[in-house]
Amino acid sequence: MPAAGLPEGSLPPVDPSILDPSVLRAARRRLAVDGIGLVASASGFGLVFGLTARSAGFSPIEAIAFSVIVFAGASQFAAAGMVAAGFAWPAIVVLTALVNARHFLYSAALAPWLRTQPFLKRVVMAHLLTDEAFALASVHFRRLGRVDPAGYWLAAIGSTFIPWNLATILGVLGGQFIPDPRVLGLDIVFPAAMAGLAVGLTNGRREVAAAAAGVICAVVIGLLWDSRVGIVVGGLVGPLVGLAIPSKERFESVLADVAAEPEDGLPS
Amino acid sequence: MSTGLVGLAVLMALVTYPSRAIPLLAPGFDRLPPRALEYLRLVGPAVLASIAASQIFVTPATSGSGGSFHIGIEWLAVAACVVSVAWRRNLLLGIVLAVAIVAGARALGLAG
Repeated sequence: MPAAGLPEGSLPPVDPSILDPSVLRAARRRLAVDGIGLVASASGFGLVFGLTARSAGFSPIEAIAFSVIVFAGASQFAAAGMVAAGFAWPAIVVLTALVNARHFLYSAALAPWLRTQPFLKRVVMAHLLTDEAFALASVHFRRLGRVDPAGYWLAAIGSTFIPWNLATILGVLGGQFIPDPRVLGLDIVFPAAMAGLAVGLTNGRREVAAAAAGVICAVVIGLLWDSRVGIVVGGLVGPLVGLAIPSKERFESVLADVAAEPEDGLPS
Repeated sequence: MSTGLVGLAVLMALVTYPSRAIPLLAPGFDRLPPRALEYLRLVGPAVLASIAASQIFVTPATSGSGGSFHIGIEWLAVAACVVSVAWRRNLLLGIVLAVAIVAGARALGLAG
């Protein structure tokens, strides 16, 4: 995305060291505070995954392997259910590929920011890319106007990977002693965090149009077919609708042209 | 202790990784035309709003495809979070508010 003051489509500057250190510290502090909510979300869902895996017959090693190696919540839940129901592995693998296809959009959206990071670093960053990491990192980069690798690690590892895996272990080993996260209202954390982070990314009419179109696609397709497909379609169609809206600069220049036009309609 | 499903986890990771990695690792994704970059900039709000909406508006069917439209306290909770973030620019506050609304409503028997 273009940083503030850059023309639309320009690549963002990449060196966080040229930032005022106090600005960088403030942005990271904000990221950490935003991340606290997602720690609660990842912990709650990780706990439930541990419990689900346990009831599906997973051993602790298997449940932990899922959370470390796959590290993709929705597909882990789906797989646990399918294993319990006796599905064959190929069906589970195909479903996983479909459920996780939305990560392509996240990766594509972050690619312009992360382009100067070393290849091996990007290899690891890719594995840690989740809904939460994308949401936190993209808001953080936009807030700064440039990439901040430390911010990405904080979002991906600190807010998601560590709590998700610790909670999985807790759930699979001792989940029977822990109250249902629904009773505590923790099931609302994830959708609330996603909606709140979407608001953080919405600062113009194009973003509002993209988000609104995404919501409509997700709900309609979710009702008629499948929520996961709805999310992917919403993520693909929403930006197209946003692009159809004139950008703020173009809208203002049209308004200025109209205002400058004399009443007789003839150029002065 | 059984480790048989570790193989399944590896296979699932193998089909997940390309969607996470290809744009980040493939050369050229960083030199897209401005229109494409603008499209990608809009992916964030669109996909995050889609996720939130599908979570609060749609209850997946237990069997078969499709789902049912969900009406519940979750709407109010997420709306409160959205308003709070837009007003105070504080996500944590919004989340705490959402959790308090849902947990409070359930504790009072006003929501399931």
